[in-house]
Amino acid sequence: MTTPLPDFALALPEIVLLAGACALLIFDLFARGERREGSVRFAGLVLLATAAATLFVLLGTGGALAYTFNGLYVADVMALLLKLGATLAVALALAYSRRYLHDRGLLKGELLALLLFALLGMMVMMSANSLLTLYLGLELLSLCLYSLVALNRDSPVSTEAAMKYFVLGALASGLLLYGMSMIYGATGTLTITEVARQVANLQANSAQHGFLVFGVVFLIAGLAFKLGVVPFHMWIPDVYQGAPTAVTLVIGTAPKLAAFAMAVRLLVNGLLDLAADWQQMLVILSVLSMAIGNITAIAQTNVKRMLAYSTIAHMGFMLLGLLSGVVGGNWLNAAEAYAAAMFYTVVYVLMSLGAFGMLVHLSGKGFECERLEDLKGLNRRSPWQAFIMLLLMFSLAGVPPTAGFYAKLSVLSATVAAGQIWLAVVAVLLSLVGAFYYLRVVKLMYFDDPAETAPALEGERDARVLLSANGLALLVIGIVPQPLMGLCFVAIKSL
Amino acid sequence: MFETAVFYAFAAILLVAGACVVTARNPVHAAMFLVLAFFTASGIWLLLRAEFLAIALLLVYVGAVMVLFLFVVMMLDINIERLREGFWKNLPLAVVVGGIMMAEMAAVLAGRYFGVAPRPLARAADYSNTKELGRLIYTDYAYAFEIAAAILLVAIVAAIALTLRGRKDSRRQDPAAQVRVRRSERVRLVSMPADKE
Repeated sequence: MTTPLPDFALALPEIVLLAGACALLIFDLFARGERREGSVRFAGLVLLATAAATLFVLLGTGGALAYTFNGLYVADVMALLLKLGATLAVALALAYSRRYLHDRGLLKGELLALLLFALLGMMVMMSANSLLTLYLGLELLSLCLYSLVALNRDSPVSTEAAMKYFVLGALASGLLLYGMSMIYGATGTLTITEVARQVANLQANSAQHGFLVFGVVFLIAGLAFKLGVVPFHMWIPDVYQGAPTAVTLVIGTAPKLAAFAMAVRLLVNGLLDLAADWQQMLVILSVLSMAIGNITAIAQTNVKRMLAYSTIAHMGFMLLGLLSGVVGGNWLNAAEAYAAAMFYTVVYVLMSLGAFGMLVHLSGKGFECERLEDLKGLNRRSPWQAFIMLLLMFSLAGVPPTAGFYAKLSVLSATVAAGQIWLAVVAVLLSLVGAFYYLRVVKLMYFDDPAETAPALEGERDARVLLSANGLALLVIGIVPQPLMGLCFVAIKSL
Repeated sequence: MFETAVFYAFAAILLVAGACVVTARNPVHAAMFLVLAFFTASGIWLLLRAEFLAIALLLVYVGAVMVLFLFVVMMLDINIERLREGFWKNLPLAVVVGGIMMAEMAAVLAGRYFGVAPRPLARAADYSNTKELGRLIYTDYAYAFEIAAAILLVAIVAAIALTLRGRKDSRRQDPAAQVRVRRSERVRLVSMPADKE
């Protein structure tokens, strides 16, 4: 019996990345020198090749929906664009944190390999068209992240953070798997497109429908954990604070894109006909996240912890977009709402890259820039870096004309179009609360005197140039959001 | 008929071995009884025509996991008396838990909804479920299989990165340094007076 060969070309990005990561493991054996120049450059090349392969597939398919590997894998514009974004985010994170990692003796071949494998996990999730591959990708990503957090072995804080992350992550995986098993039980298939077809044919009040909703509850719980929204957010502050800042930079950025892709694959691709059920759950998660995230962040004195709570709030805001797609059984609003959510996620990743990147950049040898006081008087020490940080904070707070403002605006307009006026009002009010702690950072940088013990800034020039580009990109996207928004539209339309 | 007889024989051995695992005084004996239990269980699976699972159980559990277990049991200095303390005190709880589990199993096996088919479907004599499983893994599920392999690789890399430390007190050779060494570093010429005290 012969089976036709799957279309390997569609999975070229993953193949290139996997081969590159394995090659890196071998290459690093022969690499010399403390700074691991060769290995870092090799990792950069692998990332570049992955991005090139993604572009190649994007141009090759012309954005047409294509399945391969017996329906386990889907290549659509959303997957490919998010892959490009994740590759860029990992590359930037590596560029920002190179000196930081080297100073702390963490710049080893294993770290680079784990980074690449984490990216592979994200890509698998983005292209998953089966509950099986979605779960495997998620585990690949999570395992890499757990060990990255623990990589600083001599720090008890990091070890504790890794332990918490691991235990809670395992629990969330269990919830997710349980939900998936319920969905499998109700529909008899693991393929997401097939699940969607089965769900569409179900009678509204049949026993299977109850089964499905029961499964969806667990699915949402697992998903909420990965996104880090209340009440499944407990790990976020501890992990963000405990991990070395360079690792926080990785955890807080690209995986959010993967989590967004996972949410879209499960909820929109698979269970759109149950939208009435899962949208209600998302409302609760979203409001709670925005409230607890924004209010708790005010009380933080540690910048990393503050940004962790800000992540929770932002992810809650992003959910607003996901939950306003379907109104009263018709999804005319869906493309706008999901595109707005995607835009929000991408912009958030850019802001988060910049903010954590700046913290990494300001940290020196034997000095961690992680308390609010460490940012005092930054304007006097380095006006340009203070300005970039100002842009980042304004964007996080949603002050026009930065990208953060436009992202919030588009999500809010989708929410209003869905008729959820009260949700939009709550979101605006809570964002106002959030603006307080972002602006406090600005105040500390511009109006306070630097601490006398503040060490000299010693960041490298490459990282500074990239950080500046990152900050300015937010300004540019804020003024001209149409290209990125257009891409998000095309991506959502391609589903 | 013959199959039924073999099944009852295997089942009896399995139960006795299982009981011995928890009652054996010597931990090494308990581990050996566990090996016996696995072995008999795999025999029963063979009867159920799940030959791949049977072989995998032997290879993985008996061949690898139990050997590791035995090593650990032999290496650790286990105080058997300490372990046996509180046996009678905990017995009622154990009986209750065991009873509930048995009742649940009975409900599942005898129930209307979960009733298991008494025999697997008859297949041709040369039907091989190893082959079928292999075919599925390497065709339909090749992609998932590859990702699982990547996960295992990550597990190895992470385990080594997190635990391997160059110990400061361990002595090891550095061939490069040995080759590079110069005479002056190893031999010291000392001029001493040649007279005897």
